[in-house]
Amino acid sequence: MTTDTADLTRLATPPTFQSVSGARKFKNGLATAAVWGAFLVAIVPLVWVLFIVVQRGLPIVVNADWWQKSLNGLLSRQQGGGVYHAIYGTLVQGLVCAVISVPIGLMVGVYLVEYGGRSRLAKATTFMVDILTGVPSIVAALFVYSLWITTFGFGRSGFAVALALVLLMVPVIVRTTEEMLKIVPDELREASYALGIPKWKTIVKIVIPTALSGILTGIMLALARVMGETAPVLVLAAYAPYINYNLFDGPMASLPLLMTTERSNSTAAGFDRIWGAAITLVIIITLFNLLATVVSRVLAPKTK
Amino acid sequence: MKDPVVAEHPADTGDTGVERGASAAPSASEAPIPPTQEAAAAKAPHVRPGDRIFRGLATGSGIFIVVLIGAIGLFLLLRAVPSLGLNNANFLTSREWSTGDVGNMRFGILDLLLVTVVSSAVALLIAMPIALGIALFLTQYAPRRLARPFAYVIDLLAAVPSIIFGLWGLLVLGPQLTPIAESLTSALGFIPIFAQGNVSIALSGTIFTASIVLAVMILPIITAVSREVFDRTPVTHVEGAIALGATKWEVVRTTVWPFGKAGYVSASMLGLGRALGETIALTIILSATAKTFGWSLFDGGATFASKIALAAPEFNDPRSAGAYIAAGLVLFLLTFLVNAAARAIVAGHKEYE
Repeated sequence: MTTDTADLTRLATPPTFQSVSGARKFKNGLATAAVWGAFLVAIVPLVWVLFIVVQRGLPIVVNADWWQKSLNGLLSRQQGGGVYHAIYGTLVQGLVCAVISVPIGLMVGVYLVEYGGRSRLAKATTFMVDILTGVPSIVAALFVYSLWITTFGFGRSGFAVALALVLLMVPVIVRTTEEMLKIVPDELREASYALGIPKWKTIVKIVIPTALSGILTGIMLALARVMGETAPVLVLAAYAPYINYNLFDGPMASLPLLMTTERSNSTAAGFDRIWGAAITLVIIITLFNLLATVVSRVLAPKTK
Repeated sequence: MKDPVVAEHPADTGDTGVERGASAAPSASEAPIPPTQEAAAAKAPHVRPGDRIFRGLATGSGIFIVVLIGAIGLFLLLRAVPSLGLNNANFLTSREWSTGDVGNMRFGILDLLLVTVVSSAVALLIAMPIALGIALFLTQYAPRRLARPFAYVIDLLAAVPSIIFGLWGLLVLGPQLTPIAESLTSALGFIPIFAQGNVSIALSGTIFTASIVLAVMILPIITAVSREVFDRTPVTHVEGAIALGATKWEVVRTTVWPFGKAGYVSASMLGLGRALGETIALTIILSATAKTFGWSLFDGGATFASKIALAAPEFNDPRSAGAYIAAGLVLFLLTFLVNAAARAIVAGHKEYE
């Protein structure tokens, strides 16, 4: 757009009004300064937060023990130990959540783009996806609590956390899938139909693969988002300072849960654990974001 | 990428000629299966089993989402009702919250509601103008080559987990804000919202700190949605304004803003919804206090979400847990209304499609 307008500003004939008045120039300058200022103001907290996390966390995590040990058997004031038990919990809860959310989210996206059309159900679904996007994580956690724990009688577990995360992840996947499927050109579908290929096969073999890179990027980003969620782990899982491989039973640590638990530990060791876990979480999220970029590059449909 | 796949079935169907092209065109999206010659001859729409199954799965998933929202409301209600029956105080107007003795539970949401709404509203007040500036900056002002990376930087704000924002807010930002907060109370303390609050300002666990952190957290969502709308300003409008000799600011004021205003309001509502439900950052920041909310920014207290989160590890008795679930239900309804309103605003504007 800017390139187009750049040409338009060069007039063919000299304009009737040669100069822009001082007041207009001033207002224009003021507005330009204001929007630049707004952008810079927003950068401040980002840089500040990341700086603090790196400054306080980095010295803790540049230690092989941090990644290979748990906090089992350590007193609250004792330095050392590691958080691999929490990293395990965060990753496993996130991955199980993704395994459940991806098929649901993908199918809802397919429904909305390929089957729903303008039907009443499609409209209701779009609306509900919007509402689901806005459901606070604590409400999702309370829902799973009242369904899974009070009604079905299961105990608190990592799996309950994964279920709550599903509620937060599905709408994000639906949105991404929907957007990506919409930009698949209709010519591809029509070419496939013209060859007598059934609609479902067209979707599975033509439409989804074309949109795959965008969808996978969305999934990775959604996964990175839910891994940092704290409210569900607070309500639905108990903390354990040792590793628990069993997703379905017993207390299970995760990085956010470790951080909230260690907040009641006012010793230097507690402080270190909080900021160490913070930077670990940031590193994991960054890795998933990078992975998303790589995936979208590698799988992007090749254009001439 | 898909071309080879298409080419693998070059001769699946014979030439059905003009007739198929004519019949398929109007209903391409609804009944896309090109009838084979036999089916066409039988004049019966032939649906393959694979299609039926896949369609069923997709539609089922759509229905699942609708049912899910209903189930959230239903199950929260189911768990909340018994506790509401045991409540000895008025749930809507009481400011007490004591659920420790399940024989005599007294809880009401008024205080939670006020703290939640006030902290979110203040956050929105701070975030709205900044987000508008950023959205305009990214769509209209930023150098074209840098607009994408700049937008990515703003989106990064959304990627930082809220627990980290909470820790930063309480331990790093809070102490920096203390002198500002103190000078505000001493200079403007006669205005109720700047009055000395019910918690210590030096500990920085006030609504003031919380609102600023919330503002930072909702910036990316307001920016992202507004940006999308501003980007859809018809190019002809912009070019028309430029042709009339408008300055950059006048272009924004006369074309981008009138076009995108409703989208911006809707984006802000989405931000508000996010702020209302934010949990862990506020749980960390807000100092607990037994006193009631006194309309000051320097009060402590608890929001719906932070109250629930603080009590969550001790959910053992379904009766006391039910009280918190009742509060969660109110929060759910609140965010539902705000998000539905945000959507209604956009739905009224066909040009955003």
